[in-house]
Amino acid sequence: MAVYRVPPVPQSEITPRSVWLSRRALIAGALASMPVLRAATAAAETAPLPLTPGPFGTDELPTPQKDVTSYNNFYEFGAGKSDPSRRSGAFRPEPWTLQVDGLVAKPRTFDLDDLRGFPLEERVYRMRCVEAWSMVIPWVGFPLALLLDKVEPLGSAKYVAFETVVRPDEMPGQRGAFQPLQWPYVEGLRLDEARHPLTILSVGLYGRTLPKQNGAPVRLVVPWKYGFKGIKSVVRISLVEEEPVTSWKRMAPHEYGFYANVNPDVDHPRWSQASEIRIGEGGFFSPARRATLPFNGYADEVAGLYAGLDLKANY
Amino acid sequence: MAARAPQRRRPIGVWALYAAGLLPAAYWFWLGATGRIPGNAVKEFEHVLGIWALRFLLATLTVTPLRDLAGINLLRYRRALGLLAFWYVVMHFLTYLILDQNLNLAAILADIAKRPFITIGMACLVLLVPLAATSNAFSIRRLGPNWNRLHRLVYVIVLGGAAHYAMSVKVVTAEPFLYLVLACLLVLYRPLRRHIVRRKTPAALRARPEISG
Repeated sequence: MAVYRVPPVPQSEITPRSVWLSRRALIAGALASMPVLRAATAAAETAPLPLTPGPFGTDELPTPQKDVTSYNNFYEFGAGKSDPSRRSGAFRPEPWTLQVDGLVAKPRTFDLDDLRGFPLEERVYRMRCVEAWSMVIPWVGFPLALLLDKVEPLGSAKYVAFETVVRPDEMPGQRGAFQPLQWPYVEGLRLDEARHPLTILSVGLYGRTLPKQNGAPVRLVVPWKYGFKGIKSVVRISLVEEEPVTSWKRMAPHEYGFYANVNPDVDHPRWSQASEIRIGEGGFFSPARRATLPFNGYADEVAGLYAGLDLKANY
Repeated sequence: MAARAPQRRRPIGVWALYAAGLLPAAYWFWLGATGRIPGNAVKEFEHVLGIWALRFLLATLTVTPLRDLAGINLLRYRRALGLLAFWYVVMHFLTYLILDQNLNLAAILADIAKRPFITIGMACLVLLVPLAATSNAFSIRRLGPNWNRLHRLVYVIVLGGAAHYAMSVKVVTAEPFLYLVLACLLVLYRPLRRHIVRRKTPAALRARPEISG
């Protein structure tokens, strides 16, 4: 009876672990560099989330997922619109911890199970970028107020400050000689803005966990403010007494204010905010340019927060 | 006196340069028209055209230092490089006018009046028109020394173009910064040129009508 013997493999023919590992990375990198496959690999990296439909819906058409996940501003990965999807391969959003501290009675750290354990809702929101384009995005998340309730803010807390993770090894935009912003990226809200039912912490979009380029694993969404207020990959939330110095305001205070409420009547010093291009609608030869609405169309819900405030001075 | 005795027929290389030079515009137009540019397709197309315009402008101004410093003579390609820059600026403007702003003239005029980077960009386009219009052999003969004087406008245009780019972005990143630095270096080279190429005989310098180019 013939017995099969495993032929001996000489030591010299065994591929070293480091080589085959780098080969895998190379293939993954090559796949990620092809736009069509990039969407597929991104989908493979996300997981479905349990959710219920939330309030504040819109009958506007959601922006195609391809656009939502390949046209992004996330300077930690680079300043180009395709950098966040192309250059985020090394980023590891799991495991993750979100530290909540400052002027609170019960400071604590939330892990991903905690965050995904909040009652998750689908919120279809308009997103208006300060660069005069907009999208409609089906976020998955929960009201920030629910998280704030758990830590019990003190009476002295007036503002909420947010910080993005700093990982130059994983985020190519955070290394190199030419850094457009200071890290960590910092954002902030007044406490009443943070508690507003429209304000959510998002852990997903299109029914699945957040792709890296959209701020995995947890990000802020404040739909009546310009997109840059929606800080991504948040690692820290602090309740504070003084208005936080936010990243874009520090970079160019005459162009970007703390409030950054969407306002067609207050132009950016270098471009008009009166209208916007809706991404994914209308096509190349007739792009969908539409009038920008005060508070991005959420005036009924939020205008009351700013009664008596000069919106031209507090842009 | 190469410029005064132009060749009847342009060498095949020049035509190849025109064809190759228009490829980026054709390729990106195809990507846009077939829905292959994700996100803000019109803006991306507009930016690509603007960046290529700037690249061709910088290439045009690199011809002289390249010949001075490295002995590489690409003079015969300079007119094509300059005209490619002009056509890219025109396409960039038309994309803004038609695809981006949907021919909303009120918005466009407001932009030109109110936004310095658009004012500068428009000025550069206007200044490029006489340069493109006089890029033919007849004009060079006809204008004589005035032709050189007129074409010095390109230094203003390249600085304006690089500033237009840097001012249009949310924050000046490495790319617009690099273009700005290159434009400044290429313009600064002109007044310094006399000192840099001093070792060459004055006669050799005089023999080149495009001395200021």
